[in-house]
Amino acid sequence: MSSEKSPRQSIIDGKPAQTKTRDARMGEGADNRFNSPLREAFGTSPFILTKFDQFLNWCRGSSMFMLQFGIACCSLEMMHTYAVKHDLDRFGSGVPRASPRQADTIIIPGTVVSKFAPRMKRVYDQMAEPKFVVNMGSCAISGGPFQEGYNVVKGAEEVIPVDIHVPGCPPRPEALVYGVVKLQERIANGESSPVVVKPYELEPFGDLEQDEVVEKLTEQLDDDDLVMRYNWADSP
Amino acid sequence: MSLEEPQPESTYVTDEGVDYDALESLLGAHVLGRETHLNAEAFVIRPDEVQEVLGLLKDEAGFDYLSCVTAQEYEDRYESIYHLKKYGDMTREVGVVVPVPRDDPVSQTAAPVYKTADWHEREAYDLVGIEYEGHPDLRRILLPETWQGHPLGLDYDQDKPQIVPYREHVNPIEGDYRDSDSDTMFINIGPHHPATHGVLHLKAVLDGEQVVDVDPDIGYLHRCEEQMCQQSTYRHQIMPYPDRWDYAPGGLMNEWAYARAVEDLADIDVPEYAQVIRTMGAELCRMCSHMLALGTFCLDIYGDFTAIFMYAMRDREKLQSILEDLTGQRMMFNYLRLGGVAWDLPEPREEFFEKTRDFLEDLPVATQEYHDLITSNEIFQIRTVGTGVLPPEAAKEYGATGPVARASGVDMDLRRDDPYGYYDELDWEVAVEHGCDNYSRLLVRMREVEQSAKIVEQCIDLLEEWPEEDREIQSNVPRTLKPDPDTEVYRGVEAAKGELGIYMRSDGTAKPARFKIRSPCFSNLSTLGEMAEGEYVADLIASLGSLDIILGEVDR
Repeated sequence: MSSEKSPRQSIIDGKPAQTKTRDARMGEGADNRFNSPLREAFGTSPFILTKFDQFLNWCRGSSMFMLQFGIACCSLEMMHTYAVKHDLDRFGSGVPRASPRQADTIIIPGTVVSKFAPRMKRVYDQMAEPKFVVNMGSCAISGGPFQEGYNVVKGAEEVIPVDIHVPGCPPRPEALVYGVVKLQERIANGESSPVVVKPYELEPFGDLEQDEVVEKLTEQLDDDDLVMRYNWADSP
Repeated sequence: MSLEEPQPESTYVTDEGVDYDALESLLGAHVLGRETHLNAEAFVIRPDEVQEVLGLLKDEAGFDYLSCVTAQEYEDRYESIYHLKKYGDMTREVGVVVPVPRDDPVSQTAAPVYKTADWHEREAYDLVGIEYEGHPDLRRILLPETWQGHPLGLDYDQDKPQIVPYREHVNPIEGDYRDSDSDTMFINIGPHHPATHGVLHLKAVLDGEQVVDVDPDIGYLHRCEEQMCQQSTYRHQIMPYPDRWDYAPGGLMNEWAYARAVEDLADIDVPEYAQVIRTMGAELCRMCSHMLALGTFCLDIYGDFTAIFMYAMRDREKLQSILEDLTGQRMMFNYLRLGGVAWDLPEPREEFFEKTRDFLEDLPVATQEYHDLITSNEIFQIRTVGTGVLPPEAAKEYGATGPVARASGVDMDLRRDDPYGYYDELDWEVAVEHGCDNYSRLLVRMREVEQSAKIVEQCIDLLEEWPEEDREIQSNVPRTLKPDPDTEVYRGVEAAKGELGIYMRSDGTAKPARFKIRSPCFSNLSTLGEMAEGEYVADLIASLGSLDIILGEVDR
């Protein structure tokens, strides 16, 4: 290989690509649908040079499988986002999967209450890595209009890490589409920094610190039973 | 009044209403006193005579419908109120008040008399803390079983930590479970499952393909709606919450339930023009809600996101767009106000009328499409005809209302039987089917969509010709509403799922002292065991879909 010319330069300087067949197929006055910006950027080269993980991120962001996960009011707008008119599938992320093992993105569309949070945590745990979370609506963000309720977890972030928040009560389908596309962009760029505010964890009952509440329940629960402990007074 | 089979009027009901003195003499020495609620008189009785009194009222006086059980705590006592009605005539009401002392809150259960009392009393025990003696299965229903305290009691400390377990559920038919001679298998359906329409958990025991036992486990969306309403003011703060009970969206119908109860409580008039707008809005919501029922029911039966679901969504989009023009929001309308509505129809009015008319014109074609795709489809018929049978007697026992009751041949509809709004001025019919099965429940909903369209059409005609100087949308309501202390009212409206009732007690402040929601889905869901036990597990899913439950309303 010549030392002056890089392999890439030699391709650029080389013979023009054979485009006869393509031109013939496209016919006269053909559109430029097949000339993607990438193709133009690389000139005649049929190759794209990139890092493998960047490529993988781009794949991930362009094909997301959503978990079919309905909680409350927002799930209605989520269904509308999947269905005709808004059609989230246009953006490569509109095929809801019924099983968490087949999904990589979960939308939390509704209020998370004390009885449901452990189950939601389990569903999240069952999803394959890497996995992403979209918080839909005020309830999932902070408890929303029900924040002062005795039974309401103040946001899904107290249980699982969240990537994107879509505010609204409920957000319009357009807003959800925007949120999902933003998530796709972030994934494709390899940016992702989910935060857990104050994790409520599933832990064995026997590991809890002994106090009044625990003592009352010792007859009902075994030491290996998984429990989630809510310290409501500490919630933001 | 019911239009069919006029029942012989008992001595306790006259043309003017219920003869409470005759009822009092029927109950005789059981009556300790009488209270006057705005909707009906109520008899105060001893806590150990509940079954006897309710039995008399049911068998002798014909009160066959236990609409709601309200529990509440006073400074000096607990109280359960049984709101009784008649399926034959919804305006005939009577209340039964059962006070129990605070230090020993034990009351006799009503479950042997009315099956629907089973769930209602479990809820009362869970949230308020009254114990019902002789109850078949008195455990928590909405909150986790390890919850400490009763949150709607007066001395509940909300900041106390709580521990919620996550563990394997035990087979209720334990003797057979994991027994080598037996085939029964315990299976969890939900709380995250595509067929449960939200976060419902069914504990099912199967024998092969057949359902031996099914126990709906609810409370995964119990977001304290009653507490929220009790700490909000009547005038503006409560109104957004009803939208979030039945979010199908049944928004305007739910708002109307609240508005109707307060308008009775505080004696507020509603201008006629506003009533027409309310009627139109409520019917648009009903159509929207039934479209969802239709789409998801077929989703349960046919499988994934298929044509029918998309068609139903298409029609919902159109309806939501009309409702958005009217109210400003797609789902959470917050459009009704006490004594009227928030604002008049959108300008230009002609455009709104034209848009709505366009939808109504397209509707017969769409309905025909649905009939081609669904009701005349052989697969669908095989799956639904004769499955999930709910006999009329059972429907009444469980307090089923709405399309579920009407599909079992129970001819009831509050819009006709207890008229409100503008319904009694309009020409429409109540859809009743006698098949009692999943198919009938779908047919009732589809026929109701057609009737709703008829109502909306008449409302549009009325609104179009309404004289401009007469378009009053709101009556005078005090800025801060403080109804007289200790006024109690229980009022229902016909929401998409059935009777949505509100019980309210005022204590002279701007916030209700007790706010109880009688959710139609809650009672309808309790019929599931009746419909599904002994059937195939696939029919269990179909029956659940046909009930059209919205978990936000079941759990509140």
